[in-house]
Amino acid sequence: MDATFKPRDSRETCDVLRWAAAEEQPLEILGSGSKRALGRPVQTAHVLDLSELSSIVNYEPEELILTVQAGTPVADVEAIVSASGQELAFEPMDYGPLLGHKAGAGTIGGMLAANLSGPRRIKAGAARDQVLGLEAISGRGELFNSGGKVVKNVTGYDLPRALCGSWGTLSVATTVTLKVTPAAETSTSLVLSGLTEERAVEAMCLAMGSSAEVSGAAHLPRGFNGEGAETVLRLEGFQASVDYRFEALARLLKGFGGVHRLSPETSRHLWVSVRDCLPLADGAEPVWRISVAPASGAALLANLRHLFDLDAYLDWSGGLVWLKPLDGLPHDVEIRNAIADCGGGHATLVRADASTRAAVPVFQPQPDALAALARRLKAQFDPHGILNPGRMVPAV
Amino acid sequence: MVAIAMPKPDRSVMDRREEIVAALQAIVPGEGVISDDTEMRPYETDALTAYRQMPLIVVLPETVDQVSRVLRYCHENGVKVVPRGAGTSLSGGALPLADGVLMSMMKFNRVLDIDFPNRAVVVQPGVTNLGITRAVEHEGFYYAPDPSSQIACSIGGNIAENSGGVHSLKYGLTTNNVLGLEMVLITGEVIRLGGKHLDSEGYDLLGLMTGSEGLLAVVTEVTVRILQKPETARALLVGFPSSEDGGRCVAEIIAKGIIPGGLEMMDKPAIHAAEAFVNAGYPLDVEALLIVELDGPEAEVDYLIERVESIARENNASDLRISTSEEERMTFWAGRKAAFPAVGRISPDYLCMDGTIPRKELPKVLARMRELSEKHGLGVANVFHAGDGNLHPLILYDANKPGELEAAEAFGADILRLCVEVGGVLTGEHGVGIEKRDLMTDMFTEDDLKQQQRVKCAFDEKHLLNPGKVFPVLHRCAELGRMHVHKGKLPFPDIPRF
Ligand SMILES: Cc1cc2nc3c(=O)[nH]c(=O)nc-3n(C[C@H](O)[C@H](O)[C@H](O)COP(=O)(O)OP(=O)(O)OC[C@H]3O[C@@H](n4cnc5c(N)ncnc54)[C@H](O)[C@@H]3O)c2cc1C
Ligand SMILES: Cc1cc2nc3c(=O)[nH]c(=O)nc-3n(C[C@H](O)[C@H](O)[C@H](O)COP(=O)(O)OP(=O)(O)OC[C@H]3O[C@@H](n4cnc5c(N)ncnc54)[C@H](O)[C@@H]3O)c2cc1C
Repeated sequence: MDATFKPRDSRETCDVLRWAAAEEQPLEILGSGSKRALGRPVQTAHVLDLSELSSIVNYEPEELILTVQAGTPVADVEAIVSASGQELAFEPMDYGPLLGHKAGAGTIGGMLAANLSGPRRIKAGAARDQVLGLEAISGRGELFNSGGKVVKNVTGYDLPRALCGSWGTLSVATTVTLKVTPAAETSTSLVLSGLTEERAVEAMCLAMGSSAEVSGAAHLPRGFNGEGAETVLRLEGFQASVDYRFEALARLLKGFGGVHRLSPETSRHLWVSVRDCLPLADGAEPVWRISVAPASGAALLANLRHLFDLDAYLDWSGGLVWLKPLDGLPHDVEIRNAIADCGGGHATLVRADASTRAAVPVFQPQPDALAALARRLKAQFDPHGILNPGRMVPAV
Repeated sequence: MVAIAMPKPDRSVMDRREEIVAALQAIVPGEGVISDDTEMRPYETDALTAYRQMPLIVVLPETVDQVSRVLRYCHENGVKVVPRGAGTSLSGGALPLADGVLMSMMKFNRVLDIDFPNRAVVVQPGVTNLGITRAVEHEGFYYAPDPSSQIACSIGGNIAENSGGVHSLKYGLTTNNVLGLEMVLITGEVIRLGGKHLDSEGYDLLGLMTGSEGLLAVVTEVTVRILQKPETARALLVGFPSSEDGGRCVAEIIAKGIIPGGLEMMDKPAIHAAEAFVNAGYPLDVEALLIVELDGPEAEVDYLIERVESIARENNASDLRISTSEEERMTFWAGRKAAFPAVGRISPDYLCMDGTIPRKELPKVLARMRELSEKHGLGVANVFHAGDGNLHPLILYDANKPGELEAAEAFGADILRLCVEVGGVLTGEHGVGIEKRDLMTDMFTEDDLKQQQRVKCAFDEKHLLNPGKVFPVLHRCAELGRMHVHKGKLPFPDIPRF
């Protein structure tokens, strides 16, 4: 009996999970499946589809709080908060274009399960920094609440945070409370041209260490139009403040050559592209998402260029490396060795065909003691291994 | 007698005291093991001084290896361990156990690495919160979370409590400013999480550790994010004829998209106590006083000061001053920063509560608090982080008067229940500890609490790390493991499927 369950509320979701736990029937948890091609392929007989759990439960703009059901599309949520002049500060990326799906399909549950965080991560924090509370169901079929509906809360362990980035392997979220943030009045970007990766990272780190409140720092080795390297620093806020900070930043960076300024529209457009990995979206080669210390980003790329041909760009002031090996091979071992050599970090294979994803570790392998602790946590929340078995690592 | 009971000490462990002292001395030589009563006395309480308990032994390790070996020994021998930083916890998190080893981390007091390009600092857990800022301020940097106790409290304690401060509204709590840590499990295993890069992969154990109140692991190293100091800061001091007006002003500032660096409120009793103590020039004829601090580039601060001023006036501000110098800004803050000692002058003792409420509920909660004050026959002064709804009611009592501590605790519990009732939580930044432990069931169901304890079971199955804190009832991990589901039941014919 292969089934797709489409519960209409958290009680029905709970019923499905209780049954699956009792019968030890593994489930693939789908928000709407937009990131199915991400992570290790899950092989289960049954699918738990949460797309019916889609509604705004409560939105109070003046409290900066939003409560939604987990199956609500991220795009819907963004439209609603934007109508009140607010936004999700962490700028969740849309994997659709990179994975060859339509854009705008991801759900809030999937966004949290993947801890999606875009360019503004370096200033405003990750998805997990903005989750205040949730209602979820464990792999034992126990419905629970954790966290709260206020921004400041240390009552009990921060489970909402821990469940972020767990790819649906610890519990199924049914309702989520998020912090929302006033959107900036305006934005612009300062562009430096023709820098090497090393100089670009220097410039970005200098800018991030200034009081200019840079909210995005990326370096595109081939530029926006393939015409040479461009380094982009985003400034957001009230108009007077943005103008003032632009001048301050231009002065600070005068040793890096001439600067120019993007219009708000061009700037917004560019940052969507940086966010959604559009510079590497063409083709079918594997794509990696790598997090290292910002100052190490250029060195990592330099080391890897000696080993294979690649296309890449830097976000997060050099700390986020998007990388595509051009020969179509995953090169996981070289990449992870290079990360270790430059002070540590992690690499996720975000795009590859299913056989590659089954063959190489998609997520960064963990040292033994840490991996054992993660397994114990998994065993506590999902003792029968019914939630997305094998999504993150074999047996977890 | 105070209301909160600690787990019954294990006689068999206490009887083995000599043996345990010897074993610990073999691991931590010299003066690192304290077993003399006089020398242990300073450790018998933290900043929740109503509760005192002498520990079995105090150990002050100096290396990660020592921490690891002490914990492994305690794990193998069934001895409880209470980690301790500077002992400024207001919730009794570091209260010792009669049958437990108190592990002070204050010898871990070195700054290990300052990395300006990556804006990261690596420190040992006993370094004070302010010590981090001191280490980087010569380059214009600082560590943003700023608990009022920052001169004294340790970064390890900050991690354990997920501490916040006046600037958390804009810059986040500890959890938003930590990049990595090293910790030792009760088994002695050493684990590193995160580093100078962002977002550790896999389960966010870093997030779980932050706010775990010493129950999951002992923190031995911390990597934090530092920020460049804002170019400038100016403050407004605004008095209102009613707390409703003040509350509405706060809501409107935020609704207009302005996130101030600090947004603090005081009620009349707190204003009077503070003014009598430091002469900050606070208006005494107002019901609520707001301090709004705007920080950032000068152009932005000037612009926002004007906007906040007009919002305040629209909301009936009866007294409004804008700082024109750094000195004046500091004067505005002087009263707020001295609020606790100021209240300490008007009352022999006070209990500091720490609930959070949705901002809009502020007037209602203050009104109910006044009723509760009459009911319990005790005064209360309120200072709070108005921007994020985090209340600090200070309940005034006299421990020498029979029954007053009990009344104060009952009053405090009523306030926290009220916070939960209006959609808030028991604690915004001080932690559950022992103080709010027995109120957890007012906020969480049994299933909610079970999931929390399952985290504990993954880290510390024998419940040896800091037991008696946070959880009202400690279930044995084996008991929690049982499932009550009926097998074989056919699943829900009415759920749509394909
Ligand atoms: C029946 C069906 C079949 C589909 N088949 C495919 C297919 O074969 N290939 C394909 O690419 N797309 C498939 N789609 C998906 C679809 O067409 C879109 O791509 C998609 O709409 C968007 O999904 P998402 O972002 O919500 O994240 P998802 O990809 O659903 O989720 C990302 C991660 O989050 C987890 N997760 C999601 N929600 C929660 C939650 N509430 N709690 C805990 N964890 C959660 C998931 O388990 C997963 O690990 C299918 C959709 C349906 C309804
Ligand atoms: C006057 C005053 C003002 C205060 N103001 C604020 C404020 O504005 N904001 C705020 O958030 N708090 C405030 N506090 C509370 C307190 O200072 C914080 O909770 C602080 O983080 C505690 O740090 P500590 O080093 O003193 O820890 P301790 O009190 O020693 O311990 C606190 C908890 O942390 C655990 N712990 C300590 N070190 C470690 C470690 N290395 N590894 C694992 N666990 C550990 C202990 O087991 C205990 O559970 C205030 C306290 C006082 C007395």
